Formats: sequence, C-alpha cells, structure tokens
Amino acid sequence: MHLPILSILIFLPLLGVGLLLLLDRKNHQVLKGATLGISLLELVFSLPLWFRFDNGTAAMQFVERHNWIPSYGVSYYLGVDGFSLLLILLTTFLTPLCVLATWTDIQTHVKEFMICLLALISGMIGVFASLDLFLFYVFWEVMLIPMYLLIGVWGNPARRVYAAIKFFLFTMFGSVLMLVAILVLYFHCGKTTGVYTFDLLKMYGLAIPFHLQYWMFLAFGLAFAIKVPMFPFHTWLPDAHTEAPTVGSVILAAVLLKMGTYGFLRFNMPLFPQAAHYFVPLFSILALIGIVYGALVSMMQKDLKRLIAFSSVSHLGFVMLGLFTFTVSGLQGGIIQMINHGISTGALFLIVGMIYERRHTRMIAEFGGLATPMPIFATIFMIVTLSSIAVPGTNGFVGEFLILLGAFRSNILYGTIAATGVIFSACYMLWMFQRVVWGEVTNVKNRELADLSWREIAIFLPLLLFIVWIGVYPNTFLNKTKATTNNFVAMMEKAQAVQVTQSQLCKGEAL
Amino acid sequence: MTITIPGFHLYSIGPELILTLTAIVILLLDALSPRGRKAHFPQLSLLGLAAAAVMTVLMWGIRGTDFARMIYVDNFTFFFYLIFILGTALTVMISRQYLEDYGKNLGEYYALLLFATVGMMLMAASAHLIMLFLGLEVMSIAVYVLAGLFREDPRSNEASLKYLILGSFSSAFLLFGMAFLYGAAGGTLYLDQLPKALMGHTFMRPLTLLAMALLLVGFGFKVASVPFHMWIPDVYEGAPTSVTAFMAVGVKAATFAAFARVFFLAFLAMKLDWTMLLWVLAVATMTVGNVTAIVQTNIKRMLAYSSIAHAGYLLVALVAANQLGAVSLLYYLLAYTLMNLGAFGVVILVGRKKDSYLNIYDYSGLGFQHPALAASMALFMFALAGIPPTAGFVGKFYIFSAAVQAGYIWLAIIGVMNSLVSVYYYLRITVLMYMKPAEADLGPVTFSPGPTAVLAATAGAVLLIGIFPGSLYNLAVNAVKIFPGL
Repeated sequence: MHLPILSILIFLPLLGVGLLLLLDRKNHQVLKGATLGISLLELVFSLPLWFRFDNGTAAMQFVERHNWIPSYGVSYYLGVDGFSLLLILLTTFLTPLCVLATWTDIQTHVKEFMICLLALISGMIGVFASLDLFLFYVFWEVMLIPMYLLIGVWGNPARRVYAAIKFFLFTMFGSVLMLVAILVLYFHCGKTTGVYTFDLLKMYGLAIPFHLQYWMFLAFGLAFAIKVPMFPFHTWLPDAHTEAPTVGSVILAAVLLKMGTYGFLRFNMPLFPQAAHYFVPLFSILALIGIVYGALVSMMQKDLKRLIAFSSVSHLGFVMLGLFTFTVSGLQGGIIQMINHGISTGALFLIVGMIYERRHTRMIAEFGGLATPMPIFATIFMIVTLSSIAVPGTNGFVGEFLILLGAFRSNILYGTIAATGVIFSACYMLWMFQRVVWGEVTNVKNRELADLSWREIAIFLPLLLFIVWIGVYPNTFLNKTKATTNNFVAMMEKAQAVQVTQSQLCKGEAL
Repeated sequence: MTITIPGFHLYSIGPELILTLTAIVILLLDALSPRGRKAHFPQLSLLGLAAAAVMTVLMWGIRGTDFARMIYVDNFTFFFYLIFILGTALTVMISRQYLEDYGKNLGEYYALLLFATVGMMLMAASAHLIMLFLGLEVMSIAVYVLAGLFREDPRSNEASLKYLILGSFSSAFLLFGMAFLYGAAGGTLYLDQLPKALMGHTFMRPLTLLAMALLLVGFGFKVASVPFHMWIPDVYEGAPTSVTAFMAVGVKAATFAAFARVFFLAFLAMKLDWTMLLWVLAVATMTVGNVTAIVQTNIKRMLAYSSIAHAGYLLVALVAANQLGAVSLLYYLLAYTLMNLGAFGVVILVGRKKDSYLNIYDYSGLGFQHPALAASMALFMFALAGIPPTAGFVGKFYIFSAAVQAGYIWLAIIGVMNSLVSVYYYLRITVLMYMKPAEADLGPVTFSPGPTAVLAATAGAVLLIGIFPGSLYNLAVNAVKIFPGL
C-alpha cells in the first residue's frame, strides 16, 4: 500500500486548522492539547519517510504527481531525496516540542496562535517537498503569512510590528525577483525543448546560455541569500528573532533559515551549475564574512536572543561555505550542519524563552549564577552551548569538521579563515554562558528562580539525544544523504568542464 | 428611395435586453408604488442579472457579428458579460443596508446600475467605434448620476461634478481620435476593417498615430492610468461606497475590454508604436498608484490609489500584446472584481451608519473583535497584494508571465517590485487589525445579510480560483481566440 505520505504531511496540519476552528477559544488546554496531538500525529506519519527511504539511490522518492494547471505545465509534484528528507524530519520532530514550549508561554489568542503554527508547518513541509517550481513558489510565499502574524501578534510589544514588516518585506523582495527568474526559466525551457513545464527535474541539465544563468543565479540567489541570511542581507534576522515569541524564534532559526540553504542546493546550483561555479568566490567570501562578522557581533550583544540570532548568521555562514565547496565532505557537512543548527539553536532559543518566562528579561547583565537556583537548567544549557560551539562528541563538531575539511580541500585560505570562526564561537558562547550561569548569584531576583519543570525537561530530552547521537555516530544521518550528495557532486563536476569564456560573460553584462 | 433595414437577431443582445427591461420595470414600479413603501428592487435586479447570466452562458460558443456588424457576439464578449454581471450583482448585494442608512434605497439607483451594466456590455461587444462610444456614454452617464446619489452631501456632489467634467473631457478625446481615424482609414470605423484600411494609406500614418494617441488618452482616463488619474481619488472618496466599488471594477473592466479589443484588433500591426507608449504608462501608473497609496489614511482613498496601481498591472498585460497577455487580462479582471468588491464589502460593514468609520485606524483591533470579518479583509488585502494562494497571485503570475514571454523582462521586474511596494500598505491594514489595540470602542458591527453573503462568496471564490485556476484559464484562452494575430 502506498500512502501519499508527503501529501498527508502537508494537509494534516491544515485539517488541524479546521479542527481548531471548531473548538472553543476559551479553553486553552484543549486547544494546545489538540495541536500537540496533531503535531505528534504528524511526527508519526513522517517516520515512514525515514524507515522506508532507500539510501542507495539519488532519485526522488515518495513521489506524488498530479496535474494542477495542465495547460500551463504546472503540476502538484512532490518528492524527497537525501537533502530534503532530513529537513522534513527536522520540521516534524521540532513541531511537538514547539507546541509543548507554548504551554505556559502563550496565553493570549491561543486559538489563532495554534492556527498560525499549524499553517506554518504545512507551508514549510510543502517548501521542502515540492519539485515543481510553481508549487514551490506558492508554498514559499504562503509560509510568510503565518510567520508574519506570529512575530507581529505575539511578539515583543515594543518593536514587533517593525520586525514583522521588515521580515515580510525583506523576504518578499527576494522572492518576487525569483518569480521573474522562474518565469524566464520557464519560457527558456519551453522555447528550447518545446515543453512548457515547471517540473524542476526536467529543468535540471537544461542547457542554459551562461548570460542567462548569470542573472537567474543572482535572482534565485538573492531570494535564498536573504532567507539564509547571508551577509549583507542579514539585517532582518536579529530583529525578527528578538521580537518573535520563543516558538517563533525556534521555528525561524531551525527551519525557515534552512529554506535558504536548501534553496541553493535544490534550485540554484543544479539549475545553473556554470554560474554556480563562477560565483563560488563571491558566495564563499560572503559566507566567510558572515562567519567572522556574525561571531564578532555576537560577542558584543547584551541581549541573549540577539546574541543567538547573530550566532545564526555565523553558523549559516559555515553551511553556505560547505555547500559552495562542491565536495562531498563539504556538502554533507553543510547538510548535517543545517540539522545541527536547527537542533542546537532551537534549543538555545527555548532556553532563553524559559528564563524569559521566569524573569521577563533577556539581558545578560540581569543574570549570573543561575547554576545555583537552577542546576538542571544549567546542565542542559551547558550541553547545548557545547554543541553550539562544536565540541567533539556533540553534533556541531561533525558538521563543522566536515565543512572545514571540504573548505581546506577546495581552498586553503577559505578553510583557514573559517577555522577562526570556530574559535570566535567558543569565545562568545562560553563568555555568555559564564556570565549567565556561573559565579555567584548577583541579582536577588534570580535567587528564587524555579528550576525546569518536567514539561520543560521533556522538551529538551529529545534534543539532547540527537545532539549526542549526531555527535557520536553521524553515519546514521550521513548515510541518508550520501547517494544524493555523490550524485550532486558528480553533476557539478560535469558542469565545471564547460568553460566559460570572457566573451560569454561580456554578453551577460550587456543583457 | 428605399431604406433596407439589415436583418438582426434579438438574441444577440439578449443579456442587454433583459437588463434594460429589468431596469425599466424597476423604474415603473418605483413610480407606481406608493411613497415610502419598500419595494424589492435589489431582489428584482438580482433576478434580472441572473437571467442575463444564464442567457450569456447559453450563448457561450456562438461566434459572429450582428446588427449590421455593429456588435460582436463571441466568447470574449461573453466572458466580459459575466464579469460585469458578477460585479453588478455583488454591488447590488452590498448596497441595500448602506443606502437605507442614508434613506436612499431608491429604485433609480438599481435602474442606473443596470443601465450602466448595459453600457459596459455594449462596450465589450462593440465591433464599430461608434458603437463603442455609445456604450461608453450609456455607462458613463449612469455612473455620473450614481456618483452624485447623495445629493445633500457636498463630497458626493463634488465627486459627481468632477467625474462628469473630466469624463466628458476624456470622451471628447476619444471622439476626436475616432474622427481622425475615420479620415486616416478612408471612411471606416469597423474594427475588423481598420487594419487593412490603415495599411493601405501609408501617407496617413502620422494621422493614424495621432488618432491612436487620442484614443489612448480617452481610454487612459477611464481606466485611471497615470497621468490621467487625477480625478480618481476624489471621486472614489466622495461617491457612495457601493458606487465606488462598482466604478472600480465595472468601469475599469469595461474600458479594458474595449481597450483590448481596439488595440488588439485594429492596431495590432502598429504594435511597436503603442507598446512603447503603454510601457511608459504602465510603469508610471503602477508606481504612482502604489507609492501614493502608502500615505493614505482614508480606506476609500487607499483603495482608489490601489485601483490605479491595478490599472497599471493590467496595462502590462496589454503591453505584452500576446495571447497570454489577453488571457491574463481576462483572468485578472475577474479576480480583481472579486477581491475588490470583497474589500469594499468590508469597508461598508465597518463604515456602518453613514460612513462613520472610514479611517484606516478604525480597523485597529478588528482582528480579535470580529475574527471572521477581519480574516476576510486580510484575505482580500493579501489577494490584492498578490500573495498566494489567492486569485490575486495567479492573476499577477499570468500578467508577468505574459510580459516575460513577450520579452519585457524589465517591465516584469518593475511590476513585481511594485507589488512589493503595495505589500506595505495592504499589510498595514492587517497590522492594524491584528497587531494594534482598538483605539476607541467601535461598537457592534451589524452583519446585514447582503454584504455578509458577498464577503463569504468573494472570499471563497478568491481562494477557489486562486488554488484551482486551471479551468478558468482554459475558459479565458477560449475567449481570446478571437484575436487572430496574438
């Protein structure tokens, strides 16, 4: 029997939205319980993806295909390969934890919050699963609305509207240009092959003249680079993260940012391989700037959430650097680092959320010596911190190590600069940790803080499990991505053989 | 001397006849029924509109001309008939309670709406420029009166007067252009004869170009393209809200129908000349409309500028001048009718007694006071901004596809950048509704059945044709087959 698993994963949350609409808005526990149930069901449904996934092939699996707008070549076309598998599972894995995390955090407009959350899940899975450019674009944009509402309605009262609009406009700016590029690609594909289609796989390997690749790579790349976010398009991120409610920050960091890096893998590089090679220096350097700059700025933050937000810029810089090495280790490291970042940064935002719930402040200076009143909290916080700074034995190490390996292979200079980022990340994270957790309790308000409740511990346990699992035995996960990565690297190498001459480039400039 | 009357078939103008008869019946009933007694004018109008719609659907597929080749009977016409009928029906539905608050629920209002619709239909059907002019005047005169319906209200008077003067001005341009064209073409104004006639007289080319430019000005006034848009904000603000809604969708759709018909049939050979001009107009219209809309605080003015911007997007479809462009024009006008009338329905409901709440800040806190109302407004705003999965997105997608297909990549880029700008002011409504506390207690909103039904229907339709645009697309493709050159 073949269940359309991907469709179930996309539409189950929407069914959940329907269910929530029928429930009484005053009964918060029921609303949260229903959402938790739906998200657990979602997790259960996503497990077959993991177990029935064939590690040996780079082809798309769990494919579903239906005509949508046949006269326009648009189809409802879903599938997963090694790249998207892990990200979809990350999404379904984090959702129940996020719902649990809202239990005491969200007290106003609970019904609407849960509806937004479920709609967001549906959109995110859609983005990772779609293999049709039109479908992808629809999910990509649809997902903006619930996220915008999460930030704008339940965010920090002072600047939430500003952050929400900034988030929306930044993302939209990139995506509308991508829309034009999609259209150009569509008509180019139609003109050269005679088949007008938005089918992504048919467009792979399409011979596109370099000057077109050049511009389309930039248009797609801008959309994704804003989402990642790469320096210098990162300015929306600290605001959005800081103002969003805890769960909003978690999802934003853990999943939404991955859409940018995933977009590069799925769309930019395979569609425009020659341009991708041409732009390696530019994107690598931007990634490096991101790594170092993100780390340095993190060091100077007074607000915990802003610190973590800037650390994301740095971590995602690593991912981008890994992807742009076009080596197996760099790419695998990049992918595993996406998951790692999702887990450890997600956990960090949850941690900040929990102490914010207790103290209603996120200023580092307000804390100090939290280990005394909250020992369990301090322990978990420490493990997560170590994972974030990539200490061997934690997941972060595997990812960054593989990325650095790839980087050194392709360009020693890039590798060297990136390696400094590892040191910087130890600086800002440990320093922050020291100021918040170690030492004497400096502020009387912190003396009586309650330690984590069972619910809160339950949220962290699965996260800790994966921090250690990926750190100790990453092959479980690397095996899933291996075939896809090998295929991808071979494809990129083949494309590199095509020489780009200066005159082609000039034609591109003159377009 | 014998005068032969060419043969004609009344069914060719069946929908027009039905609506005219309904309007006359309404006028008679209004005159005969005792003063103050409530007559069922809205129901009667809806009945007439439904009959016209049925008639149109039954006629679908016929192709030809009638009345001495004065009107076309084809799918393009029928598609527009359906848009007009839909727009008018929705307008009728949102009007009743609103007009009763003003004590203006009069028979002539509905009769004028129907007459204006007949004018629009004639414009869409016209096969001869004089026919087009007649249709335009039938429509315009009715709308001039409608704009001044609230004759005690100075703003309504101002709107009506402004519209009348500028409208006549634009009609004059149109007529002037037709006159030149008549000369240039050597004495014909039949649209299907014009291309050949104009080709034959190359020395008349300057005159033809002048005529074309004048026609462009005339149409530009009616569709609210920059720089002929000055009347729009004041007229839209001053006119009764239901009439504004009607103008924003009906008049625009009708003018675009005629615009497309004339330029795609008669002037297709001179595509290079007018696309260049329209390119500039489209860019200016989109940009001015969107940028000015940002600073508006009156919801009706905001929607007025937004309607200017939408005229700009529609002009992009004309610039593309290919089959996809024509298809996108039809699709977008239908989508625009739905989302804009939905938005005006919300404006009427929130505005309440005599338009007391028209400031955008009156929408503060609406999101959690009236979730359904606010959710539908948010849907219309997102649709107008062109965000999926709404009809507005698919419409823009088609329009920019057409531009890219025709090679106007820069135009597409400017277009999408404009929709980015528009996101800002559409989002602001959602910001106010969901993210700001209510500024003052607005009191209850009475959900009268008409507007509520309109909201439900338009919201549903905006989503439905946004998610499943396929069949409508095929219908539109079918409708634009009449343009052989595209």
